[in-house]
Amino acid sequence: MSASRARWLPLAAFGGILALLAAGVWLSRDPDRDALPSPLIGKPAPAFDLPVLGDPERRVTQADLRGAPYLLNVWGSWCPGCREEHAVVAAFANTQRVRVIGFNWKDEPGDATRWLAQFGDPYALVLADYDGRAAIEWGIYGAPETFLVDAAGTVVWKHVGPMTDATIREQLLPQVERLEAR
Amino acid sequence: MIRAVLLALLLCLAWPQAAHAQVAIDAAPLRFVDDAEERRFHALVAELRCVMCQNQSLADSNAQIARDLRREVLDLMRAGHDDAAIKAHLVARYGEFVLYRPQIGPATWLLWFGPLLLIVAGGVVIARIVVARRASTPLPPDDTETW
Repeated sequence: MSASRARWLPLAAFGGILALLAAGVWLSRDPDRDALPSPLIGKPAPAFDLPVLGDPERRVTQADLRGAPYLLNVWGSWCPGCREEHAVVAAFANTQRVRVIGFNWKDEPGDATRWLAQFGDPYALVLADYDGRAAIEWGIYGAPETFLVDAAGTVVWKHVGPMTDATIREQLLPQVERLEAR
Repeated sequence: MIRAVLLALLLCLAWPQAAHAQVAIDAAPLRFVDDAEERRFHALVAELRCVMCQNQSLADSNAQIARDLRREVLDLMRAGHDDAAIKAHLVARYGEFVLYRPQIGPATWLLWFGPLLLIVAGGVVIARIVVARRASTPLPPDDTETW
């Protein structure tokens, strides 16, 4: 190695580190980078047996929901992000393309009912998971989260965090179209 | 009078918490039947990552979901599952991410063996420099050197 080449070595190393840092910044530009990919995608929706919000006598299982696709929207009255996305969920439910089912997670029934009365109830049905055990089966770790399940009961898509109009347009609707084309 | 003011102040302090009441059933800490169970539980949750607060272990985190998962881990332990089965149970629901020591596989080869690769590469570079220096005669003083 000649002396002149050795002299450029620190500069080259510095350039290399700079490129590495720039790559790190570039890779972290995705706002959803902290969202964990769900291992449930492509697998059957987990078994559950949950009471219906506002009608605790009535219980619903995963088998009852077979036959048509559904969107499972995890929310709680304690969750600010849920309020943020609520209009988006309501607008999608209004299109009537897929049943939207609420998953009320670790919430007091009274608070949940008041929340729906105040902000509107777009759900065909709201399941109440008071102690959070069913949520673990679904791999839920925060609210809001949203799953798309097909007619056969297979999880096809998951979104972590508040959905926006862009989420619906760019991610959910293509999945719905695929289900409708089957 | 002062009592009334103090009472009012206390009520003001208590009010926001009452408005944001969380599910009360989780308030009770986990109870262990014996020391062995407690030790096993703590060793296990220290190796599991909290999914919400991603830089904390399940043992350290105070997030609601971490509490729920700790309860789940204890329930599974009592149902007779071994540590590997409990980890597999959580991985099936939350993904490989929950493990602080991910399994060795094609997706994690770089993670496991990357550091070794870097050490070997560094050793090769140093060896080449040393060999080159030994081969060359000592450098003459260089007046143009500025650093």
